[in-house]
Order: sequence, then C-alpha cells, then structure tokens
Amino acid sequence: MTASPALKVTDLCKSFSGITAANNINVEAADGDIIGIIGANGAGKTVFVNMITGYLKPTSGKIEFHGQDITGIEPRDATHVGVCRSFQVSQVFMTMTVRENLLIALAIAKDEGKAMLSSPRSPDLVAEADRMMQAYKIHDHADAVASTLSQGVRKLLDIAMAVVANPKVLLLDEPTSGVSVEEKFAIMDIVIAALKEKGVTVLFVEHDMEIVERYVDRVLAFYQGEVICDAPPAEALQDPKVIEYVIGHDHAPNPTPPADAASAAANGTESNA
Amino acid sequence: MLQILRSDKTVRWTLFGFFVLAIAGNFMPTWVQNNLMFGMARGLAVLGLMVLWRTGLISFGHALYFGIGAYAVALADKHFGVSDIFVRLILAMGAAGFVGLCLGFILRKYRSIFFAMLSLAFSMVLYGVLVKVEALGSTDGFSVSATSILGWTPESKYTLFCAIIVACATSACMVQYYLKTGLGALTTAIRDNELRVEYLGYSVAKAIHFKYIISAALAGASGAMMAMALGQVDPDSMVNWTVSGELVFITVMAGPGSVIAPFIGGVVFEFLRTYAFELAPHAWQLIVGGTLLAIIFFLPMGLWSLLERIWVRKGSSS
Repeated sequence: MTASPALKVTDLCKSFSGITAANNINVEAADGDIIGIIGANGAGKTVFVNMITGYLKPTSGKIEFHGQDITGIEPRDATHVGVCRSFQVSQVFMTMTVRENLLIALAIAKDEGKAMLSSPRSPDLVAEADRMMQAYKIHDHADAVASTLSQGVRKLLDIAMAVVANPKVLLLDEPTSGVSVEEKFAIMDIVIAALKEKGVTVLFVEHDMEIVERYVDRVLAFYQGEVICDAPPAEALQDPKVIEYVIGHDHAPNPTPPADAASAAANGTESNA
Repeated sequence: MLQILRSDKTVRWTLFGFFVLAIAGNFMPTWVQNNLMFGMARGLAVLGLMVLWRTGLISFGHALYFGIGAYAVALADKHFGVSDIFVRLILAMGAAGFVGLCLGFILRKYRSIFFAMLSLAFSMVLYGVLVKVEALGSTDGFSVSATSILGWTPESKYTLFCAIIVACATSACMVQYYLKTGLGALTTAIRDNELRVEYLGYSVAKAIHFKYIISAALAGASGAMMAMALGQVDPDSMVNWTVSGELVFITVMAGPGSVIAPFIGGVVFEFLRTYAFELAPHAWQLIVGGTLLAIIFFLPMGLWSLLERIWVRKGSSS
C-alpha cells in the first residue's frame, strides 16, 4: 500500500440545514507534503479540517488515510490512526503547567493508554516532555500555568500536544492567528523544522500570504466551500480567481509586497491599510 | 504502586492521623465515638463525590449508592444471616459498583446540571421502590444485627470504630494513588478541556465512567458502614434526596483539596449537627445552612483550605 497517498479526499460534501459548507472537495496529499489552506472567512477551511479529524461528519464523500477509509470516525480514533490537529483557539489544559500538559498527552499516547495506570511523572515521560519542550522552544515556560502564557507560547504548546501522538498527517488550524507579527515567523520556523524532520504531512490554514509563500509546497484555495485552486504557491497566488476571491485585488502580491498589505490580507479585511 | 504510596506525604499523614484517632477513640465517650464513626462513614461517600467534583461533576443522587450499600448489608443479614464485615463490605461495594457501572452508560453523556438532576432522579426511583415494597422493609426498613469479624463478634462498638477507620484509611490511600496516576491526572484535564482529551486519543466518556464507578463503590461502602454503625436501615435516612443533599453539603464544606478533607468534613458535619440540634431542636437546619454559607463566602475552597492556610503560615513563621 505504499503507493496510496497519505491523505486522499474524494467528493467531500457537508451541508448544514441547506447551507453548503463544503462542496465536492477532492484533495490528495503525499507523505511529507506541506500544504497551505487559504480562503476568506466562511470559505469552508475549518469545516474541511474538522471533517478530516472527525469533529464533523461529512454529508457525503470519502476520506482515506494511506488507503484506509477514515470517513466520519471519532476524533480519538483519528488520533490513533495518525491524523492529529491543532486548533484556531489553543485547546490546552489551562490550570496545568506546560510540563503537566505534555505529560498527560504523552501518558495517553504511550502504549494505547496503558501508561495511564501509573504515574505520568515517570522519569522517561518527563525526559520526553523536556525533549518536546526543547524542540518547540517552550522549555523556559515549563513550570508556568497555561493560562498565564502568551498566545504564541500557548499556540506552540497546542501544536506540541498534537504532535505527541506521532501523527502522519497533521492539520493546523491557523497556527499563527492571534500571534504578534514578530512571533509568527518564529513559530512557523520552529514548527515546520520539527515536523519536516519527522516527514509529517502538514496541512495548515493560514491567512498570512507571506507565511504561505515561505513555507508551503502547495496551496489549496477555498471559496464558498469549494477548492478553486490547487497549485504551488507561486502559481496559486497569481491565479486570477484566487486574487479575486481570496486575496483581493488591492493585496495581490507584487515582487516586493509591503508589510502592512500582507497583514491586512491576513486579517481578511478588504480595506486599504 | 507501593513506591508511589511510600513517598507520598499525604498518604503518610493520612495513615498517621487515622492511627492516632484509632488509639484516641478508645478513651472517648460513646457519643463522641458514635459521631466520629458516622462522620467517617459518610466521609467515604464524600471521597467519591470529591473525585467526581474534581472533574467538575456534582451528583445529587449518591444516596442511591449509599442506600444500595446499606440495604445490601441489611438484606444479606435478613435472608442469609451474613454478619461478617468483609463479606458485608464486598457485597455493598459490589452491588453499588455494579449499579454504577450500568447507570454510568447513561450518565457519562451528561454534564453539569443535567448530570446532577439525572442522578437525583435515579436515586428517587430507588427511594420510591423501597417505600412501596413490603419485602424491602417499606418505610420502616430493617434492623441490622451486630457485625462480626472472621467469626468473632466483639462486644463493644470500638472494634467497628477501628474497622471503619481502617476502611477509611485504605480508601483514602487508594484514591490518592488513583489521583497520582495518568487516569487521575485526567480528572483535572477533563474539567479543563474535554475536546483536547478526545483529540489526544482518550475517551472522556470512559474516564468519567470509571470515576463514576469508583464513587458509586465508595458510596456503597459508606452506606454499609453506616448501616453497621446505626444497626438500622430505612429509606428516609439512607436513600431520600436529603441524604444526597447532605453528602453534597459535606463535599462543598470540606473542599476538593485533599483525600483527607472528606473525612474532616464528615466529622465536622456530624458534630455541627449534634450541637445545632442541641441548641435549636426546631431550627437546627438554619444553623447548619448558615455555617455552609459562611464557609462558601469565606473559604470557597472549603475547610481544607483553612488547614492549608494555617499550615503555610506555620511553615513560613518557623
């Protein structure tokens, strides 16, 4: 089964009482692909992510992971299979420290939960948590309670917790939203470096075209529940449909895009900055 | 497992505290001994409620398991002459745990007020059945014969007092161990963020179900101890919603801070009620309720937080 793609989505549809949120989506991703998902608010990006990770059940269509049908499975089963995700709003354990957050994640990931019957503070789990914190550069905050962290650190923790289960396919829902401009590239550098090393297939939703240009191999552009473009970034960001419906004419990339235009595009606003 | 328990400070203090209490009990007047027994026995059920509360769940129906435990002892006594404390406890915990296992399949889908009210509904079903059915003792209930230990029937109640203390100490240590495991750590994790727990790959429903069975079995043991200490079971003092109310009352009063807290809470409640009744036989609930209000206002994390505060102050001044 080595020939089958890491993720294959066929004719995926989702409608909410008559409103179509996803319409005939067809996507394939190979091992190690890094794919950016772009689109205006309400274009169906998060619905797409939610369907693949089992949070929403598709109305019709098929999702395959290395040839295995994973359409409509439970989120925890998606995790067991190797499809994990992070969230637009970080979903971490707010009253626990960064280390405790990771220890719980590790204990669950170990031996299909058998580790749950002993203390998660065992030396090897603690060592592994420390390694994770090093890789994601959050070790300075190891003993800080999650609710006191900055958005950027919390995002990194959120992503680190998604990676603990050793996913083959990782979906990141706006990894840089709510994060300061200076932190954005730092976060993506850390995350992409850590994931590339493991050969994980990454699909991430992103509003910032600079980030898309810099990190992805391929762009999926969404508009009204449909994929209107599936191409490498250089090509996709020049696509007239993508410019029309996603980026906006005012913010179409020039050879040297001004920084404020990019960030305005990131906010999904049509106003001139 | 032993390694964790041996290195745990709470466990050491629990064992020490219960040991001192067991010795001291020998020199106490009977009414104090009785109050301590009742308080400790209730504390067992409260310990179970605390495990649920740490997940953010409050059950207003644990009198169901309390009652099942008590009636298991009484019925086994009446029909089969079972008087051995171990058999009685195993029967009570087994019956309560089994019912907890069954109802858990329904209750694990609910949270907050829905969880609380649905548990209340189940407990009132049992109450209704007990009151109506003659074979189950109806409103009068049954008397329970004296408890024996491996064939020996002690004359004074001090032996039962010690047995209750041993059971409480064992339960406290086991729950402490449970809270230290990954499964126990999930307690707080689920309260914080169920979605994340699911996406980490663990079933929240399963974890809650497990907790629910633990709390049911503990409430069963609690009811059994109470039946043995009182020598009597009846629906109104074992299964009525007021019993569930008392258990929740003690849980809130004691606070979720430690596995010792439920027992302190149980004993304080028993003495509070005795004195309130002495002081105002017709308005004792007013005094008890007022005390809880004061505790909620001034000690939102319960009596245990007061002890912690004293502890910290002592530690910093010396």
